[in-house]
Order: sequence, then C-alpha cells, then structure tokens
Amino acid sequence: MDITFKNVNYIYQQGTPFEHKAIEDLSFDIPSGSFVAIIGHTGSGKSTLIQHLNGLVRPSSGDVTIGDFHLTNDSKVKNMKELRSRVGVVFQYPEHQLFEETVEKDIAFGPENFDVPKDEIQKRIREITPDVGIPEELLKRSPFELSGGQMRRVAIAGVLAIKPEVLVLDEPTAGLDPRGQKEMMNMFYDMHKREGLTTILVTHSMEDAVKYADHVIILNNGTKYMEGKPEEVFIQKKALQKVQLEVPDIVQFLNAFEEKFGKRIPYRRQSIEEIASEIQQFLEGAESS
Amino acid sequence: MSNSLIIGQYVPGKSVIHRLDPRTKIIIIFFFVFIVFFANSVLSYGVLTAFALASMFTTRIPMYYIIKGLTPVWFLIVFTFLLHLIVTKEGSVLIEFLGFKIYSGALIQGFAISMRFFLLILVTSLLTLTTTPIEITDAIENILHPLKKMKFPVHELALMMSISLRFIPTLMQETEKISRAQASRGVDFRTGPLKERVKAVVPLLVPLFVSAFKRAEDLAMAMEARGYQGGEGRTKLRELKIEKRDIFIYILFVFVVAGLFFTRNWS
Repeated sequence: MDITFKNVNYIYQQGTPFEHKAIEDLSFDIPSGSFVAIIGHTGSGKSTLIQHLNGLVRPSSGDVTIGDFHLTNDSKVKNMKELRSRVGVVFQYPEHQLFEETVEKDIAFGPENFDVPKDEIQKRIREITPDVGIPEELLKRSPFELSGGQMRRVAIAGVLAIKPEVLVLDEPTAGLDPRGQKEMMNMFYDMHKREGLTTILVTHSMEDAVKYADHVIILNNGTKYMEGKPEEVFIQKKALQKVQLEVPDIVQFLNAFEEKFGKRIPYRRQSIEEIASEIQQFLEGAESS
Repeated sequence: MSNSLIIGQYVPGKSVIHRLDPRTKIIIIFFFVFIVFFANSVLSYGVLTAFALASMFTTRIPMYYIIKGLTPVWFLIVFTFLLHLIVTKEGSVLIEFLGFKIYSGALIQGFAISMRFFLLILVTSLLTLTTTPIEITDAIENILHPLKKMKFPVHELALMMSISLRFIPTLMQETEKISRAQASRGVDFRTGPLKERVKAVVPLLVPLFVSAFKRAEDLAMAMEARGYQGGEGRTKLRELKIEKRDIFIYILFVFVVAGLFFTRNWS
C-alpha cells in the first residue's frame, strides 16, 4: 500500500499549558513495496509518526493516506479494524504486550481479533515460529517463563501472524545481543523481499538503515530534515552532525581512507567485501606504477 | 488520556502561590474547607469567593484551563443545584412549573450548597495545581511529625505516598503504551458490546500488572543497593522553611476568617 503524508501536523494536549507540537508540516511519499528507514533523535517525532500509520492517532491537521484509507482531523476511518489488519506495528519493546497463558495463544491473539479462521492461524504459527527463531517446544510454555530475547521474538511473531501488507518496526532490535540483532534484521529483510511488504523501520542505527533501506527520512524536532537514497543522505557528514547523527561506519572508513591515501572511493552502498577489493585494486595499481 | 480532568495535575509556575511553603497551603486549605460551612449569607459567600478567586488569579494559571478542567465537576454542581431546587420545600412558592413548585428556600439552599461545592473543589485543586506531589508529601510528613511519639510510622507513610504518586504518571504512560500495542493487534477498546469491551481489558491489565511488579522489585533493589533504611537520621534535600510570604498569607487568612464571621447573618 502506498503511504502519503501531506502537510501533517500533530499537537499533543491542544489547548492546555502542556500543549506540545510533535509533528510539524510533515510531507512524504512511501511507494508500495519500499523499505524506508526513519531516523531521528529521541523526541524528533518518530513515535508519533508511526501512530498515524495505523490510525492510533489522527493528524491535528493535514492528510495521511494509507492505501485506500484517509486520515484527517475531522473524518473518522470507517473500517479501522481492516486498516489495522493491513498495517502491522511492532512497537518498541514489544515483549511488554504479551499476556496470554501460552506462547501459541499469544501469537494467535492478533489474527483471532481479525477473524482469521482457526486452521489458517495454526498454519501461520507453524510458518512463522521457525522464521523468528522460536523452537516448537516453547509454543506450549508461558511467555513469562522465557528470556527477554525469546519474549521479543514471540511478540514479533504475534504481529507477523496478522500478515500485514505494511510492516512498521519501531527499533525492533533495541536491547538484543549483537547476533540476535543481526538475525532479526535479516529475518525482516527476507520477509520484506519474499512477501513484497512495505517496511518502515524506525531506528537509531545508521548501520541498519544503510544496510536495508532503499529510502531514508531523517526527522528533527518533528519536521523532515533530510530525505533521499541512503547513499545520498549518508555522505552528508556536516548536515548529519548538525542533528547529532553520525555517518555510518563504512562512510567514515571511506573518509578516513581518502584522508590517508588521497584516493577517493565514492560510496555506492558497496558491501565490505566490495570495498576491500576496490582497495586491493588501488593498492596493487599503486605498487605496479 | 484523561486530558479533561485537571484535579491532581501540577502546572509548573513561579507565582507566589507556587512558592509558598506547602505546609502553609495545606493548613490554610484545611481550615478553608471548615469555614466554608459557616458561610450563611450572600456577603459571607462573597468574602470566601473573593479569597478563592484572588488565589486563582495569583497562580497565573490560565483561567480557561482551570474552568475547562473542572468540566466533570461542573456537572456535579449543576446537578446538586437542581436536586435542591426540586426536593427542598421551604419558604414561599416562587413559580409553579408543570406541577412542580419551586420554593424560595430551595433556591437559596441550592445556591448555597453548589457554591460550597464549587469553592471546595476550586481551592483544593489550586493546591495540587501549584504544588508538586513531592512537596505535598513532605509537608504531610512534617505536619504529622508529632504522631511519631505515638509510634505512628510517619516516614514510611510519607514514603509510600510519594512512591505511589510518583508512579501514577508512569503507569498511565505504560497503560497507554500497552493499549496502543493491543489496539494494533485488533483489540477494540471503544466500541462493541459491553461484554467484549470488558474482555478487552484482560490484554491490558495482565501486562500492566506484570510490569508494575517488576518495577516494584527493581525499585526495592535499587533502594537497598543505595543503603536506604528509612527515617532515623535521614536529612532532606528540600528543607521546608516558613518565609515572610507565608506569614503574610496566614495573617491575610485570619482577616478572611474574621471577615466571614463578621458578615455572617447579614442579609
């Protein structure tokens, strides 16, 4: 589903001394099937933004369009449940949402609410649990007996089992160990490719953004600060540092390399291996001449 | 969540009322609550209302905010007024309306009672609007201090109060967070038959309790790790101190009380 924000404003507690503008005149387009990273500091409006995506809040002014659904300040979405079944949101620390007696029941909770037939739910559970890395013997256990990382996986499985078309991920790997982070992100990326999802990743991690996203939106104080392809955005060191963001390690490395060797290797989202061979070529060329 | 009700909410500010010693505020409000019931003439109500309104304006909190925040209470006040209008049968009949007789006594009674209601709620919400929960508990601990001689656990009580007050916003945030997550998983808290809505509370309450217990455990652990062991010999970060402005307010309040008793029975 295509997602469009047009001049969206969101104000918390309007008309009180606590009034606070969370989003200001925000516009962007996310075409169906893209992988978008939304980056910004705490308080930049990321969390408020994602609540617009499945109708948890309505904009104070402006238009939000998600597929056929329109959210404005004065009109109510008639079929909110359908919108929520098509936009799945994995919130920060999703393990806090677990409540059922068994892991299996908790995963089934979302699809049940959206009236997915029982045997279809069972089928989905069998499909998804190996993907997110939950061994089958855990299905009958209580989610509260699991480790933090396993609880996270169960919670994520609970959202994936809804089979949304748009997947919104709010720092899904925060607090996991490095290996778990990598596994988890790869899993999301595979699913994104395989199911043709539209994925929106909210993150602090430049590394994840540069690795997976094909479009990057940088927020600052509730407004759009930069937008574009990762290889365009992430080389603008000065602009990024202005909003307390660092360029990714790879770009930092290339900058340092240029400084030491006087050779500029343009950044085109190469992998580490590709950069290694480019350097090898350069060094070999330098030796032979 | 409950944006409309402001009772219990603190609005930061620098007004004289904000800076008063919390004990002063509590003691004056305590007595104010008593003397409201002594008012019996229009003028005596006038004295009390003037005091309450003057305090309200001194806080510099926008009036529309206070008035709007008391919306649910307005309803109660109007309801009380109407109830008295219908039930009380004293004095002479003023008008007859659809078989109902409205008595003059009823009008006066209804007016008096709703006025009391209004004054009580206005003044007590001014306390919480201008005083942080921590200040209030400090003040209560201090005021109750003499009870310590009777082995009453004053410090522990104050600690319990401040912890529970401290965690109200945290739990509210948590509730909001969990309800957002469950709403995204298709729970409908707002519409549908009552039975379904009651059932929808379970996915909200279970995680909330789990996290509340976890927080309690963490807090206890953190306090113990820092060697906390209660009242004896413990000094305070914020010392309460009676200043000139407090004394001024006490004197002013004595005049208000005197004015009230002076204008009583005037008609």
